Amino acid sequence: MKGNEALAEGAIRAGCRGFFGYPITPSSEIAEYMARELPKVGGVFLQGESEVASINMVYGAAATGKRVMTASSSPGISLKQEGLSYIAKAELPCLIVNISRGGPGLGAIQAGQSDYFQATKGGGHGDYHLIVLAPSSVQEMMDFTMESFELAEKYRIPVMVMADGTMGQMMEPIIMRETVEEIPVKPWALTGCKGREKNVIDTFHSSGEELEKYDQILARKHQVISDSEKRGEAYQTEDAEIVVVAFGLMARIVKKSVDLARKQGIKAGMFRPITLWPFPYEMLDEASHAAQQILSVELNQGQMVEDVKLAVNGRVPVSFYGRISVLPSPEEILQQIVAFVRKEKGSYANGI
Amino acid sequence: MQTVFERPKSLTDHPFHYCPGCSHGVVHRLVAECIDELGLRENTIGVYAVGCVVLGHRYFNMDCIGAAHGRAPATATGIKRMDPEKTVFTYQGDGDLAAIGMAEIVHASARGENITVVFVNNGIYGMTGGQIAPTTLLGEITTTSPYGRKASVEGYPIKVAELLAQNEGSAYIARTSVSSPAGVIQTKKAIKKAFQVQQKKLGFSLVEVLAACPTNWGRAPVEALKWLDENMAVYYPVGEIKVKEA
Repeated sequence: MKGNEALAEGAIRAGCRGFFGYPITPSSEIAEYMARELPKVGGVFLQGESEVASINMVYGAAATGKRVMTASSSPGISLKQEGLSYIAKAELPCLIVNISRGGPGLGAIQAGQSDYFQATKGGGHGDYHLIVLAPSSVQEMMDFTMESFELAEKYRIPVMVMADGTMGQMMEPIIMRETVEEIPVKPWALTGCKGREKNVIDTFHSSGEELEKYDQILARKHQVISDSEKRGEAYQTEDAEIVVVAFGLMARIVKKSVDLARKQGIKAGMFRPITLWPFPYEMLDEASHAAQQILSVELNQGQMVEDVKLAVNGRVPVSFYGRISVLPSPEEILQQIVAFVRKEKGSYANGI
Repeated sequence: MQTVFERPKSLTDHPFHYCPGCSHGVVHRLVAECIDELGLRENTIGVYAVGCVVLGHRYFNMDCIGAAHGRAPATATGIKRMDPEKTVFTYQGDGDLAAIGMAEIVHASARGENITVVFVNNGIYGMTGGQIAPTTLLGEITTTSPYGRKASVEGYPIKVAELLAQNEGSAYIARTSVSSPAGVIQTKKAIKKAFQVQQKKLGFSLVEVLAACPTNWGRAPVEALKWLDENMAVYYPVGEIKVKEA
């Protein structure tokens, strides 16, 4: 199954009954799949007149308490940021998918990871976070999507699944997951005030004191998520002298590079953050306990590397190797690993 | 004793924050009366815009949500599509609807989105302090058209009701004015009809209400209403512009 389709099917199996989107490469298959399949299960598909309209449709749709989502790709996700800020402030659960490409500007339609800052450090205006999950297989495209709705409802927070364009387009066999039958009832939802006080969903405060009080509640929620939802995958890190950090599809390539390095007798390992926010700082610190060098490999000019540095807090030197919208081969990354081990300077400054 | 006049159930007892002579209080009340009379309060979701109505949830006594600037029709669309049996209305001003939200309103209308839009047109940005709006009349002085609106600089005021009436999806489009008791009665009739159109699932309905903003117009309340009649209502003629029968 294709990554984008596995994601869309996962959403339907998780009980998503509303999709509001706008076409953009390389995410369009998700909208196309939903347009075809959602009506069959009594769901709503609507192509909005813009990304801006689509995310505000999600805002209204999520307010009804149903499971809803949108999907787009980097330039489109930029347009959605205002709406995302409102959704985060209104604490409405929903799923946002970014099948990311290279940027800035219109960039290129090929895979990119240059939206890391935007996804993990807020994106829109104001103090907020999204939970950001980064799948690295088609199976995870389905699984993480299904899980997103649970996380979104558990914490009343928008969740983003961020996968690069190649993840969306590639095909792999997967195991289909069971359909979720019961969706929790939301007492806060806008359903008409019959037999109860009215429900209000609003993001404005008329005094600074009121806003501060509310934002502190939001901050505490972020702290709870940070304490309980960090996830990462460590591969061959037990005795690794060099740990390569990568997320999403890049982690797949890096795993292969680690295997190649091990064959040459180099003690290499890989760490993959699965939640990009909250970033698994402590897990990475632990996974790199034997390391003398850490290398962050990304499809951008160096974004996650800042979190990698925070994770080890100066304990281990951290370097960066990046490509932009061009996937490196396992051998290319192997060269970087070998260069470090031989204490030679690789072309790791930017990689281009 | 017989009660002959009381606050509609669809309004709270929270005092309005609106300026003296502002039309919002009247229009809020008319919307609330219509919802009460149609027995819709417990089945209605209100979507209020950014601008002077930003505190709308304090006054409307029903489930409601504050939309981002200009996006109320999109937010209302999301609600209505997920829950088509609910009555959904937006309450928007002219800066919100006719400038930043023009795409959202045109497409909601074109889709025949089965929602009701209460569009309060006072020809100026109120909350931000009296800047030029797409609906500001030629020659009018505002804080961002300090030499008066010129067609050569800011173009011409937009006739929203006529514009939206062109769309097949628009089932009911009317323009009224709350400058006189007769106009208030007409406005109430139009708003009620718009909600009934929604109940009958005929498509998009909108009532453009010509309203006064004495504070930002720099005119006393009574003078403002007179100016509205003699100027706004001339450029923006009142009446039913589109009525699609079932």
